[in-house]
Parts: sequence; structure tokens; C-alpha cells
Amino acid sequence: MTEQHELSAHPEAPERSSGIAVISEHPVENPGFPPERPRVTDLDPKQEKGQERRIVALFFVSIIGSVAAIALYILFPIIPGDMQSVRNNTMFVGLAIALALLAIGVGVVHWSKALMHGHDLVEERHATRGSEATRGRAAEIFTEANQESGFTRRRLLRNTLITAAVVSPLPAVVLLRDLAPAADPVPLLKHTMWDKGVRLTRDPSGTPIRAADVTLGSAFHVIPEGLNELEHGRLEEKAKAAVLLMRLKPEDLHVSPEREDWNFRGIVAYSKICTHVGCPVALYEQQTHHLLCPCHQSQFDITREARVIFGPAKRPLPQLPITVDDDGYLVARSDFTEPVGPSFWERVL
Amino acid sequence: MAALIVGGLLGTGGAYALATIPAGAETSAASAAQAAQGEALFAANCASCHGLDLQGTEDGPTLIGVGAASVDFQVGTGRMPLAMSGPQAPSKPVQFTQEQIAALAAYVASVSPGPAIPDEQYLTGENADLAQGGELFRINCAMCHNVAGAGGALTEGKYAPPLTGVSPVHIYEAMLTGPQNMPVFNDDNITPEEKANVIAYLKYLETTPSVGGASLGSLGPVSEGLFVWIAALGLIVGITIWLTAKSN
Repeated sequence: MTEQHELSAHPEAPERSSGIAVISEHPVENPGFPPERPRVTDLDPKQEKGQERRIVALFFVSIIGSVAAIALYILFPIIPGDMQSVRNNTMFVGLAIALALLAIGVGVVHWSKALMHGHDLVEERHATRGSEATRGRAAEIFTEANQESGFTRRRLLRNTLITAAVVSPLPAVVLLRDLAPAADPVPLLKHTMWDKGVRLTRDPSGTPIRAADVTLGSAFHVIPEGLNELEHGRLEEKAKAAVLLMRLKPEDLHVSPEREDWNFRGIVAYSKICTHVGCPVALYEQQTHHLLCPCHQSQFDITREARVIFGPAKRPLPQLPITVDDDGYLVARSDFTEPVGPSFWERVL
Repeated sequence: MAALIVGGLLGTGGAYALATIPAGAETSAASAAQAAQGEALFAANCASCHGLDLQGTEDGPTLIGVGAASVDFQVGTGRMPLAMSGPQAPSKPVQFTQEQIAALAAYVASVSPGPAIPDEQYLTGENADLAQGGELFRINCAMCHNVAGAGGALTEGKYAPPLTGVSPVHIYEAMLTGPQNMPVFNDDNITPEEKANVIAYLKYLETTPSVGGASLGSLGPVSEGLFVWIAALGLIVGITIWLTAKSN
């Protein structure tokens, strides 16, 4: 109350902040504050005593919580190899510490709300514009500094300093350039481990697959032969080369003329990497022959060369041309004929 | 005394031998009777959709070559007989006794051979390689059935059902036959031993309590997000109101 009177009585305080551009002719009248309502603790000393006891009890609860945390830590020890014991230990100790800290917090807030001096207080915002004296002094300092340093007088000094400051961030250009891939990313994105004669093998065992193994309605998760033997970048290669192998009735497949020999008697292989943002597409429905991407519900129709029939994907899944070798194992005819996975800047299509 | 024991042993052994010798003939007679019972059941309950000779009709696919495993799965989980047509046959209370299901399976298998009901040794989960079962599950099954086997949605009302509470024999048969829209995982793709490991892994998931606290149905961000938005955000809003309200 006292501050409010002081502020409104201040002679220099401007009525409105200079930031307000539009001044309404008929502003909504400020209704002011409702009359101050005393709390029960202000009126009744018995209530005040009761609230004090409650806050004391909360602080005691906090002490009990802290002691209980130590006791529970001992009662529920972590037994190596037993995950259940880790769960119990962390859960009980955490609950006890939470109780201890929460009781302090609730007690302190309740203290301030129920017992501390509770009058209403209004603090007006300061005006944005400083007083004339402050502004004048600031301009003075600026002029003084200019005179003492000779910033406008010693032009050569000033200009070389400005040039040095402008040039100094230039090394960042070289440093930021290093954030780009060391090698051209396009060949990396365009080529996978698949090549002419590479056998299709089971994920994760890496055993080759005979055409006869793939019965009607089957779905095999496929990795290229030799992937498991890679010493470096195995997961990077797998992320590009993962393939889903399915067998449909040959008469169900609608094959375009240039892909006549890409399937083997109804066995087709498609990249498992979604052309939208690269999730593994493997939710194959063997009756509808739809392939669903679990991330954004793109659907691909396997009977029509993985054409997109629903969802945000733009392009069909790339097909891996396959055939069988002399031993009856499924092999790739070549690498994918287009980059797998989502679009990238340099992709030409 | 010894003579008595020898006599007793010989007597029981002989009785056993006598009892087992004609068992082969009895079994084939029994299976013929079983298949005949199955044929009657089939004609009464299945033939209107699948055809009297299993050839299929406009309303149902042919059952030639589906084998006993398929019948045991479809009828044993209550999916067949179908209550009504829809995107997918749901699992519902089983309509037949185990004996009747076995008879139906024997009949369908007698008409034309197909995948058989799996051997008991692959269903017990003994000496299973849980790590391999888990890896195979994550590669082949988890994208549809959820990483914890809690099931998930497919397209146009179809869904991959939850795998909790499904008996080992039905899990095995589902992999083997590829019911409805599930792809087939035949023994050349996932060997019987590997199937046994997958089943053991699923049973391990089911029986091992969640060490990370309440699993909320293992549905991932959906149920967990719902809980956080309603319970945790509600708590924060409540505390904020309490902090700013004036004490009475």
C-alpha cells in the first residue's frame, strides 16, 4: 500500500510508457483492486497456531523422508545381475527423496501463504524512457570517450580496426566447410553392396536362400552376402542394402517391359528403406500384397512394382533385380538401378 | 523270491508287448474314424464357405494343401468358423472341443497334405537360445506385432494381434502357415529350432516383470504420452493454481 502511494505521488513519473503508440480516447476504466480480504490466520490466533503446527509437521515429514531414503537404500540393496533389485532400489529411494524435498517445498510455500505478512502490494512498471539527466549524461560519456580515444580523428587507426574486425570471422568459413562430408556423398548414396552375382542371404544369419525355400506368401528379410564379414561400416552398409524378399503368384505381378527379368517366378526383392524418410518398410500383408511403412503410413503395392498407393512417400521402393545361380541360390543381377531411401539434394530424378 | 520278481517282470513286459503290437493298426483305424468324424463336422460347419471338397467357394478360400497346422490354428483360436465377413477374422471363444478340432485337422490333412501340427519338443521352451529368439523376433515379427509383442495396426482395419497369452503351439502354427495377411515363415526361412527360440523369447517377455516400471500396455509413445499429458501435466497445473491462490 505504501509503495503504491509513493509511486503515484512521484512527480517525474510519466503517465504512459513511450512505447504505447495509440492512445485510446475512451480507455476501459481501471476497476482497481478488490478490497483486501483478511485471511483466517489474520483473524483467529487459534487458526494461526494450527497452521504453524501443520508446517512443522511437513518439515518433520521431510526429515522422515530423508532418513527413510537411507533406510530403504539399505533394505533394498542392488544385487548385481538382478534388474528387479535395481528397479526397487531406485524407485523406493527416489520416492523417499521426492517426499523429503516436496515436504520442504510445500511447507515453505504454505508458510509464506498462510503465516507471513499478507498485505496486497502493487509495483508499477518503470517507464521505458530514462530521465533527461540520465540521457544527457550518457551522450556526454560518448563524446568524452570519442575525444579521449581520438576514434574519429585518427582515421587510419579506426579503419584498420574495423577491417580487422570484419576479417576476423573469415576462418569460420574454412572451419564450417569441414562439417561437410569428407568425400562426395552422392556415390555413397547411389551404390550399395549389391552387385551382379551377390547372393541374397537371411538376416541375421547370412545363410544363402534357395529359390525353392521361398514358398508362396513367404517374406524373407535379406542382407547381401558378405555383410556380416565386413569389419568397418557394417551397419551403414546394412542400412542401405536391406531388402525384403516376397513370393507372389506370377500372374498377380504387373511387370513393366524393362523389368521382365527382374523377378524369378514371382519372387521379388524390394529395398526395405522407405523413400519418404528412410524407415524400414517391412509390414507386408500377404493377401493384399500391400507393404506398409510404420512411421508415416506410406503404402506400397507390391503387385505394381511397389507403387505408392497411400501416404507421404513420393517414389516407389527401388526393386532389386534378381535371378538364380547354377546352384539354385538367389543372386542379384546388379546393384539397385536408382539410389535407395529418401530424396537428397543431388538426386537426379 | 527272485523267481517271483522275474516272473512279475516278465509278466508285465509280456503284457506291454501284447498291448503295443496291435497299436499301429489301431491307430490307423482310429485316425480313419477321426477323419470320418472330421468330415462330418466339416460338412456341417465349414463346407458352406470352403466347399464340400475343400475346393473353396466365392465366400471362402480353398483349403487344399493348408494342412493340419492351419486348421488347428484357425479353429483352435476361435478365428474359424467366421462370425461375419470383415477386414480380418478376430480371435473369439473357441467353438469346438479339442477332440473335434483334432478330427477336423485330421480330415483336412487326409484330403491333401500340408504343414502338420508341430512337434511337442519345439513348444516347451527348454534349452532355448533366448538371445537368438529375440533377434529373430525383432527382425521378422516386431515391425507388425510390436517390439514387446503387444500387437499393432495394419492397413484398412487389419491388425497384427497381441502375442501375449497365445499358446506356443498356435504361435508356431501361425509362423508356419501365415494366417490371413501374415506372411509365411516356413521351416526353410526360420528353422523349427529357431521357431522354438522365438516362442521361448515371447514366453520370457510375458513372464519377466517389466524392470522399467509400469509398462502401460507396452504400446510405446501412445500410452506413455497420454499418461504424461494427463497425469503429469495435470499435476503441474494443479501445483501452479495452488501456488498462486491466496490462502483463506
